[in-house]
Amino acid sequence: MLLQQILNGLTAGSVYALIALGYTMIYGILGLINFAQGELYMAGAFATVLLLTAYKVNFFVAFFFGMGVAAVLGVILERIAFRPLRGGHPLVPLISAIGASIFLQSLALLLFGPADRSFPIQFEFAALEIAGVSVSTLQLAIFGAALFFMALLVAFVKYTKFGKAIMATALDQDTARLMGINVDRMIAITFFIGSALSGAAGIMMAIYYNTTYPRMGLLPGLKAFSAAVLGGVGNIPGAIVGGLLLGVAENLGAGYLSSGYKDAVAFAILIIVLLVRPKGLLGGRSH
Amino acid sequence: MLTLKSVHSYYGSLHVLKGVSLHVRAGEIVALLGANGAGKTTTLKTISGLLKPRKGQVEFQGEDISRLSAEAIVQRGIAHVPEGRRVFSSLSVAANLELGAFARRDHQAVKSDLQEIQERFPILRERAKQPAGTLSGGEQQILAMARALMARPKLLLLDEPSMGLAPRLVKQIFAIIRHLQETGTTILLIEQNARAALKVADRGYVMETGRISLDGTAAELMDHNEVKRAYLGKGYQEVWEE
Ligand SMILES: Nc1ncnc2c1ncn2[C@@H]1O[C@H](COP(=O)(O)OP(=O)(O)OP(=O)(O)O)[C@@H](O)[C@H]1O
Ligand SMILES: [Mg+2]
Repeated sequence: MLLQQILNGLTAGSVYALIALGYTMIYGILGLINFAQGELYMAGAFATVLLLTAYKVNFFVAFFFGMGVAAVLGVILERIAFRPLRGGHPLVPLISAIGASIFLQSLALLLFGPADRSFPIQFEFAALEIAGVSVSTLQLAIFGAALFFMALLVAFVKYTKFGKAIMATALDQDTARLMGINVDRMIAITFFIGSALSGAAGIMMAIYYNTTYPRMGLLPGLKAFSAAVLGGVGNIPGAIVGGLLLGVAENLGAGYLSSGYKDAVAFAILIIVLLVRPKGLLGGRSH
Repeated sequence: MLTLKSVHSYYGSLHVLKGVSLHVRAGEIVALLGANGAGKTTTLKTISGLLKPRKGQVEFQGEDISRLSAEAIVQRGIAHVPEGRRVFSSLSVAANLELGAFARRDHQAVKSDLQEIQERFPILRERAKQPAGTLSGGEQQILAMARALMARPKLLLLDEPSMGLAPRLVKQIFAIIRHLQETGTTILLIEQNARAALKVADRGYVMETGRISLDGTAAELMDHNEVKRAYLGKGYQEVWEE
């Protein structure tokens, strides 16, 4: 029972972590909480589902297409909703983010209707029994894929020239410019990556719950935000740890209290963290 | 090599540079002196493109660079070591150095430059993996200068490189500056330590509230009563008696 809940929690948590990475990277570089992150998650899921419905393409092609759509949408969002507002009062882009989130949700509602869509491909997933815990290969695949994307991101930031330039820009924009780094481009790349990760998360959840709908990003978006705060906003390992912890905590809450409390646990954690350790578990960056 | 023609710069509506004109010839070390708030840092920011002049021109090697972005100006060959070092504190020493060469495309040469710089400043090799923020103030200043050198600049802008350093380190910093000149780098140097600056410099300018109030060779300035009194730390009495 305990192990089972932890396992379910890690699956959901790895997805929160992917979205939380978007929040944290964008916060790191712009000092902005992009509340439209959940809508990029939704956009990724819709793009993949629609493509698979319309054409018989390979699943992986559809997966990367979905990530690509989310990524490009994220870059467009930065260009029109945030860049023109840079340098103003910090609340202004925040309001713009909330507006963008509502706009994208309504747009999806208008374009695709409110109905749930099931995922066009039915996968044959086996249920394994490991040490008395039942694990589906789907859970393993989601967890594995999420870890893979996280590892890719960490390696990118740590070892590539552009990754380091993004970190430098997050630390000190003016000095980054003195190195010849194009700050606008680094911000665009950050949005591209963060949004692609959210898109991947959306696609995985569209498969896991077998449903895609315009408001699907709302709750995961808010939970991932809590996860980012839990780990310390602006902190990349923090987003990963925060996501996993949050997933586990809410599943334990659901298992031992009542499944009705599942969502409440995430936000209870958010409030407690803000009260007790506002910089998050691993320490965030001030902006 | 570098010419500023009555440059005016603002922070929002605050008028800080009120017609600054100066020039730096290839191979020179030029000192820019002045009291706190005179606009020295603002002058360097205007040259490196962090700030756009609202009036006037900045010419570098015959090209008007006053409308170029900071990124483009680095590529023209101007490196700016900002006031307060500003190393990327949570990135490693090695990453800081690599970022100094961000704009360069000659990757082989970057590698050998990195080797060379690490040989010249062994501390940067010993601490290569350590976060730059854990270095001492003097080591951070050396890192900031080395990072700028990784861009292979033709002109180096130094903003108070000796600020807050112990005398031994100040000496080392000035030795580096002199060595850079010998190896062909042109330098525009801001210093609180006017005596040390005028010792290495060929020429100098004195700034007062956004304008150049004095200029001359280093020897002339060193001998100028106003400079002695205000920047070389001599009292009226001493100046008078000399
Ligand atoms: N970012 C800024 N925003 C607004 N005003 C500024 C800014 N930076 C500097 N100033 C103002 O511009 C004027 C010139 O500042 P600047 O930093 O160029 O002086 P400085 O000669 O370098 O002084 P110091 O010796 O103290 O470094 C000062 O009055 C300062 O208050
Ligand atoms: Mg200054």
